[in-house]
Amino acid sequence: MIWNENKECMSLDERRVLQGRRLHKIVDYVYHNVPFYRTKLQNMDITPDDIRTIDDIVKLPYTTKQDLRDNYPLGLQAAPQSEIIRVHASSGTTGNPTIVGYTRKDIGVWSECMARCLTAYGITREDIISVAYGYGLFTGGLGVHYGVENLGASVVPASTGGTEKHIRLLKDLGITGIACTPSYALHVAESLEKYGVRKEDLKLRVGAFGAEPWTDNMRHEIEERLGIKAYNLYGLSEIMGPCVSYECEEQNGSHINEDHYFPEIIDPETLKPLPYGSVGELVFTTLTKEGMPLLRYRTRDLSSLNNEPCACGRTLLKMGKILGRSDDMIIVRGINVFPSQVESVLLSMPECAPYYRIVVDRVGNVDKMIVEVEVRQEYFQTGFDTLTPITTLEKKIADALKSILSISVKVQVKAPGSLERCEGKTKFVIDNRKLV
Amino acid sequence: MTVHQLSVFLENKSGTLVKVLKLLKEEGVQLIASTIADTAEYGICRIICSEPDRAYSVLKDAGVAVSLCEVFAIELDDVPGRAADAIEIFSKENISIAYLYSFLLNGKGVLIFRTDNAEKAREVIMTSGLKYIAEKDLSKLL
Repeated sequence: MIWNENKECMSLDERRVLQGRRLHKIVDYVYHNVPFYRTKLQNMDITPDDIRTIDDIVKLPYTTKQDLRDNYPLGLQAAPQSEIIRVHASSGTTGNPTIVGYTRKDIGVWSECMARCLTAYGITREDIISVAYGYGLFTGGLGVHYGVENLGASVVPASTGGTEKHIRLLKDLGITGIACTPSYALHVAESLEKYGVRKEDLKLRVGAFGAEPWTDNMRHEIEERLGIKAYNLYGLSEIMGPCVSYECEEQNGSHINEDHYFPEIIDPETLKPLPYGSVGELVFTTLTKEGMPLLRYRTRDLSSLNNEPCACGRTLLKMGKILGRSDDMIIVRGINVFPSQVESVLLSMPECAPYYRIVVDRVGNVDKMIVEVEVRQEYFQTGFDTLTPITTLEKKIADALKSILSISVKVQVKAPGSLERCEGKTKFVIDNRKLV
Repeated sequence: MTVHQLSVFLENKSGTLVKVLKLLKEEGVQLIASTIADTAEYGICRIICSEPDRAYSVLKDAGVAVSLCEVFAIELDDVPGRAADAIEIFSKENISIAYLYSFLLNGKGVLIFRTDNAEKAREVIMTSGLKYIAEKDLSKLL
């Protein structure tokens, strides 16, 4: 089923006209409301009147995560505060999260796009959906929540944690759909037995999974163990939140709601746009956003775009799986982690030497993050002769990391001089996750 | 009553222990007893040796994670049950042993240990008549 056939199945020519008109409008809007963009455009000698069709998008400047940090907290907000009805934030490096304000219209567009995703997954008004993404500053919980309400299905705002209670709700309420991270879905699947529930006891039939990279193997495992169809849901808070793209029943790429979020693929080195089919950095321009519109925002996600017609009937472009990141950010259990955050915590502790390594692994489909850090020699000289001070120190570091990163981390103390020193570019992050 | 012990923090990786032992060998430091307590990722090597002060500065200068600490040393006759008798004395006083190891030196049993209450343990050793070993006695025994 298709939620908005008019928009999702629009002819390509018609859509390009719509996108061109919306692009002109959004450039005009930021030119007059965001000093950051006005200065940028003026420096490039571009006025809104130079942007007439969607092909003119290549004339526009890129926006980076650094621009968002530099303009923290509200520098890129275009709408007056009185028009903002919701604020979300995504984790950033060292204390500066990205703040995103939404107008009433933005929330409406979000709910519309989200309803398109849910409909593509086969969800209808008859369904009961458990939203087990985190509710709060993170866009996952409330984003999906509003989409389910817009669609008219019943929403159960389960949020994260409390797996036992969640499984009970799944069973007792006859919940038919679940939205969460793929690793949490597997955790639920693994926990069923523990709470004496068989998948046959559940009415679950569909799942919307996103916020972290996942593989076809994970999809098969989730589908098998929960007895459901598992669909990808992609989004990022800078652009909107979950709803930017979604899989249809074909399950071979995610349709982008490109009448609202215009996608491009660029070479992250040369910044030149790449043709369909090439792997590069995914870039989005928000065509209709009022709160914090962004021009050519570099997501740092590596993917590709596919314009071949889809059997589902939608004419929206499809994006491939996220293949990695073009910067040093790592995503662990759906949470953005920057090595610089870890470093700032370690450097603030007198016991730690400035040598560390982050190792990320996936054990039984759950991400594990280990921080290995060298401890200063002086620390050992003050009466150390049992393992207690070592485990105490590890716990102290782990607690400090958890309060900054919001995820549990295993800390391993290392002897002075034991971590490899690299000349030139130091490899702080070792990602052993195999996402093929 | 107490002797000096080197405690070295080691990672569970081949080559880490030998590095420490070689440093001592080059200085002509003689090991009297040693033991390793290990976990999955790392361990502590505890060493009683001749010239602990010099051994400590050698290891420290080489960047080794080492500390020099005092541990109790008592001497026992080399007959069955003596260790049990000795530890029972502490146990009756509610003193816990943090770690313990033993070795034979010139026909005498030596117990090396740390307790959770050094002050009280010292008192107990004094009053119970346990025969203790001082640093200088160790080198004499060598």
